[in-house]
Amino acid sequence: MIGLWRILAGLAAGLVFGLGLSLSGMLDPVRVRGFLDVTGPWDPSLMFVLGGAVTVSALGYLLSRRLPRPVLDERFQIPTNRRIDPALVGGSALFGIGWGLSGFCPGPAVAALSIGGLPVVVFVLAMLAGMAGHAWTTRTDAVVPEPLSSSKAFR
Amino acid sequence: MSAFLPALAGGALIGLSVAMLLLLNGRIAGISGLVVGLGTDRGERRRVDAAFVAGLLFGPPAFAWLAGAWPEMRIVASLPVLVVAGLLVGFGTRLGSGCTSGHGVAGLARLSSRSLVAVLTFLAAGMATVALMRTLMPTSGVSW
Repeated sequence: MIGLWRILAGLAAGLVFGLGLSLSGMLDPVRVRGFLDVTGPWDPSLMFVLGGAVTVSALGYLLSRRLPRPVLDERFQIPTNRRIDPALVGGSALFGIGWGLSGFCPGPAVAALSIGGLPVVVFVLAMLAGMAGHAWTTRTDAVVPEPLSSSKAFR
Repeated sequence: MSAFLPALAGGALIGLSVAMLLLLNGRIAGISGLVVGLGTDRGERRRVDAAFVAGLLFGPPAFAWLAGAWPEMRIVASLPVLVVAGLLVGFGTRLGSGCTSGHGVAGLARLSSRSLVAVLTFLAAGMATVALMRTLMPTSGVSW
C-alpha cells in the first residue's frame, strides 16, 4: 500500500517539476541559449530559476536532516561519492557543449516531448542513445581475454 | 523585470519538486538519472521513475490548462545539430553523473563540492559553445 503512495509521490513531484519548467522559461531553447550567451545580448533571467530552485531545494534538504527517515520510505538515499575526477569534469563539459548547441538539458527535453513535436523527439532519442552508449562503454559483462601468464593465485 | 518573477517562481516549483521526492521517497530527483532508471531500475523503484517522468510530461499541458497559454518554446537548431547535441547530453550526463537538476538543483542545495564543480563546468562549457558559435557564424547570431 505504501508503495502506491511512493508512486503517487513520484507522479506529483514530476508534475510540479514540469509545471515549474513551463512557468520558468526553461522549456524555450532560445531563452536558455540567451542565458548562456554571455558574449552577446546576455539574458540573465534564468539565473533566477536556479536561485529559486536551489533555495527551496536547500530548505527541503535541511528539513530532511532533521527527519529520521523519509515520510514514505525507510531511509534517505543521498549520493556519498565525493571524488572530483576526470569523469565528472569531462562528462559535465560534454553535457555543457550539447546544452549550448541545443538549449536543451534532460528535464526540459523530456517535459517538452508532450508539446515540442519532431525536433524534441529527435533530441530525446539521441540523448537516450548517448546514455546507452555510456552504459555500453562501462558494461561489466565485457569479455576481456585473460593474459596466459596471469594467475589468480598471485593476485 | 517581467521575465524575472516567472523565472523565480518556476525555479521555486522545481526546488519544491526536488524537496518532495527527497522528503517523501528519500530520493534525489536528477532527471538524467531517473530517465536511465526507467531502463535499469527494477520493481517499484522503476514504477516511481515512470510516474515521475509521466508527471513531467503532463507538466506543460497542465500549465497550459492553468495559465490559458502554452509555454513558449522556440527550437532553432537543425535536426543534425539536435542529434549531435542529444548524444553529447546523454553521454555527458552519465559520465558526469548528473545534469542541471541532480548537480544543479539538488547538489548545490547540499553544498556538494562535486556538484559545484560539475555545475561550473557545464555552465562554462555551455557559455563557451554559444560564444564560439557566435564567433564562427556572426551573421546567424546564435540561431542555426
